[in-house]
Amino acid sequence: MNEAVIATNKLTKKFGDFIATNEITFEVRAGEIFGFLGANGAGKTTAIKMLCGLSKPTAGSASIAGFDIYKQTENIKKNIGYMSQKFSLYEDLTIIENIRFFGGIYGLTDKAIKEKGERLIDQLGLKGETKKLVGSLPLGWKQKLAFSVAVLHEPKIVFLDEPTGGVDPVTRRQFWDLIYAAADSGITIFVTTHYMDEAEYCNRISMMVDGSIKALGTPVELKHQYAAASMDEVFFELARGAKRKAD
Amino acid sequence: MKQFFAFVQKEFYHVFRDKKTLLLLFGMPVVQIVLFGFALTNEKKNSKIVICDYSKDLATQRIINKIATSNNFEIEKALLNHQQIEAAFKTGKIKLAIVFPANFNESLLHVNKAQVQVIADASDPNTATTLTNYVINIIRDYQQELTHQTRQPLQINTTTRMVYNPELKGTTNFVPGVMALVLMLICVLMTSVSIVKEKETGTMEVLLVSPFNPFLVIISKAVPYLFLSLVNLAVILLLSYFLLEMPINGSVLLLFAESTLLIITALSLGLLISNVTASQQSAMLISLMGMLLPVLLFTGFMFPLENMPKPLQIVSNFIPSKWYYIIVKSIMIKGLGFTAIWKETLILFAMTVLLLILSLKKFKTRLA
Amino acid sequence: MRILKFLLQKEFRQIFRNPGILRMIIVVPIIQLLILPLAADYEIKNINVFIVDHDHSSYSQKLVSKIGSSGYFKLAGYGESYQNAFKQFETDNADLILEIPANFEKNLVKENESNLLIAVNAINGTKANVGNGYLTQVIASFNGEIRLAWVSPTRYSSIPLIEVVPVNWFNAHLNYRYFMVPGILVVLVTMVCAYMCSLNIVKEKEAGTIEQINVTPIKKHEFILGKLIPFWIICVFIFSISLLVVARVVYGIVPVGSIALLYAFLALYLVALLGIGLLISTYSATQQQAMSLAFFCMMIFMLMSGLFTPIDSMPGWAQYIAKANPVTYFIDVVRMVMLKGSGFTDIKMHFLIMAGFAVLFNGWAILNYKKTT
Repeated sequence: MNEAVIATNKLTKKFGDFIATNEITFEVRAGEIFGFLGANGAGKTTAIKMLCGLSKPTAGSASIAGFDIYKQTENIKKNIGYMSQKFSLYEDLTIIENIRFFGGIYGLTDKAIKEKGERLIDQLGLKGETKKLVGSLPLGWKQKLAFSVAVLHEPKIVFLDEPTGGVDPVTRRQFWDLIYAAADSGITIFVTTHYMDEAEYCNRISMMVDGSIKALGTPVELKHQYAAASMDEVFFELARGAKRKAD
Repeated sequence: MKQFFAFVQKEFYHVFRDKKTLLLLFGMPVVQIVLFGFALTNEKKNSKIVICDYSKDLATQRIINKIATSNNFEIEKALLNHQQIEAAFKTGKIKLAIVFPANFNESLLHVNKAQVQVIADASDPNTATTLTNYVINIIRDYQQELTHQTRQPLQINTTTRMVYNPELKGTTNFVPGVMALVLMLICVLMTSVSIVKEKETGTMEVLLVSPFNPFLVIISKAVPYLFLSLVNLAVILLLSYFLLEMPINGSVLLLFAESTLLIITALSLGLLISNVTASQQSAMLISLMGMLLPVLLFTGFMFPLENMPKPLQIVSNFIPSKWYYIIVKSIMIKGLGFTAIWKETLILFAMTVLLLILSLKKFKTRLA
Repeated sequence: MRILKFLLQKEFRQIFRNPGILRMIIVVPIIQLLILPLAADYEIKNINVFIVDHDHSSYSQKLVSKIGSSGYFKLAGYGESYQNAFKQFETDNADLILEIPANFEKNLVKENESNLLIAVNAINGTKANVGNGYLTQVIASFNGEIRLAWVSPTRYSSIPLIEVVPVNWFNAHLNYRYFMVPGILVVLVTMVCAYMCSLNIVKEKEAGTIEQINVTPIKKHEFILGKLIPFWIICVFIFSISLLVVARVVYGIVPVGSIALLYAFLALYLVALLGIGLLISTYSATQQQAMSLAFFCMMIFMLMSGLFTPIDSMPGWAQYIAKANPVTYFIDVVRMVMLKGSGFTDIKMHFLIMAGFAVLFNGWAILNYKKTT
């Protein structure tokens, strides 16, 4: 159970002369919660897009769930879940309609959709609300729902791109409960964030600065390495020399 | 004031950075001028026709010759019998068939009378009438030749003078129409969409929260389009003058002044639309589908207003571009001054004021 | 296939949940179908003639009353002088001015010749031509009547007369609506199709949901089909209502030819048009862009389709554009089948060309649409 579900080797993405992601190399093992940290503009979103098969790398190689990132993107997509910064559930469809849609897209049988859907609704405490339009839900609920839908089909890996932007700390904590539950059931979590406290929740993290990975390890290791009391300080140490500012 | 200019500048950036919208804004008038100027006309040349000649004598030959050498017609085929005519029409290529009965010349010589049947494909009534009239003219010419132009007693001569447009160009009719169409559409469409877009993306709230009079926010949105429309107008006028040889007989200043009035009317309408819709899609649909055809129809340059049933004529009075069209024709072609068009200007002005009041009032209630 | 089913479910739900859009795409075309044909009439009638009569003789009065009762003209008024009359041009009260000089009748009888002056407001060239033609015709007819009264009939009819008998087929009453309605049907369906489709896809782009789709195992062709099929169905529906209900009930227009043939062509046409909508959406990142592109293309298509002005009247280069325009072919087919009952053999080429368009536009769009950038 400790095979690498994500393995990259000098993965690079250039936009013209601009090197957004510069030869990043790392591994993520099955069942891990892997935090992909960095400031805004460091290149996290570009990296995640490549790993999901949304963007073609300029150079380097990678394999996701055993599939090659250049040639087997469709297979990759069958085995991953994704939640983007914009959350991307259909606001003009109801909760249950969104569940049915994404379940069907990932090839779940009608029976499976029904079972898993009910379980999801129970877990989130949304019983009786399933006919509500997603657009009418408050932000925190949308997030939790989006995550649950992303893992509905029990993918090998779920990619989360800045999933907790804009919500209060209590909701963020609830969200991470969901992440833990998913990790316990064997799903690998690849999450990008710029909230440094969330870094503490991960098994391992990497930190990107100016397109390169400047640190890789468990939170404990890194804090020790940089003689810092919190991930915030680790980040500050690393990012101080950063040339790229915000997005 | 400085803040106002900051807003206006931002709006200019929005507009100029969107290449595809610029294509529409500047491309459309140019394309329309070119199309209307050179491609869209009702004159018919080289229409394909068929002839069914049961006489095949001297007279019919002469008439057929005249027809063949005119540049209105191309004789596609000589038919053997007139059952074939229907088939020919059904292919869609033939518009007219001429049938000469047997003994044509004989009838003409002995009884002084003969008949020719001109069968037109009237599924396009316009073409049918025009082509039939061409044939009638050609045959009348032939008849004149027969009478050797003997001097008729009691001859009434008529002299015709074509006023304003001696060469009977189509441009004088439609260029003012294109001006009206372009200004109306662009201003209404663009303003409404631009404002609604900010509402949709939420950036409107940011603007409204700024220490800045919300009305000025709205006006700053309209300013680039005012400017662009005037540039467009200048382009249209230049193209019409140089490319299409359209006369500009009156005061150009007055023309621009009146045009500015229409632009403001259209912008107010756009503003009103943006107030009553929540999504860009609706704003676009209302502006386009709800406005394109009415403006096209009721301005009066594509189809004459006098021909329409009374209720529709009344509706046309509510379309600002109808009044603008009259104003432009009066200035550009007739060379008249303000005294001739003060009535229409007043109507336009009243419409603008009404629209502005309506939309600003609605806007205020939304804020509250 | 199963994925497609889910996609279609979602699309239809989204479309029908949006009340504004629904109203727009059904109500607006129907309203326009009701109004357009009433308004679109090129026939020249109700021409205003202003009379300046310096003669006030029985002949001049006879002429004027003949003009007034001809059915082409409306007598707009009488004036004292040409300058005075000219003001009528300035206010658009008159289309034509007829000036009858003093001693008109006397000169005609004594000198065998007399002159009339016609001034025409020629801003609308076509109207001017036709108006002048009608007026000279009426005057010539009046001339003939006078001759008949003065000169003996036998001498007069030594001039051979060729009588032209005009016959109008397929539309005996020259009802312009028969001509316009089928064309307008086409235009309405076209506009809804192209706009809605392109806007719909771009909306997903803007909202970011398209990214979500790209990350799933939904294949390119499944996504595209999922977008095209709902609009295809909606457009067929609009066409059906317009043709079978509105055209029949309001205008009494019943297709002479085969309705099945019409629908067959419609089906193909919609595929081509949806391809255009799709294509536009691949070139647009925002709804505003899609709308600008769509409107620009649609405007050219509409004007160059033969709907308002005939293709044969266009110069060579413009005819090429018209021939490259899918709308042209559908308008042609609709008119031919509805009004003349043309059959499949007559429109074989149209089918072929439309199939070509469908392949071209959809193929191009599919190539453009990349799940991975």
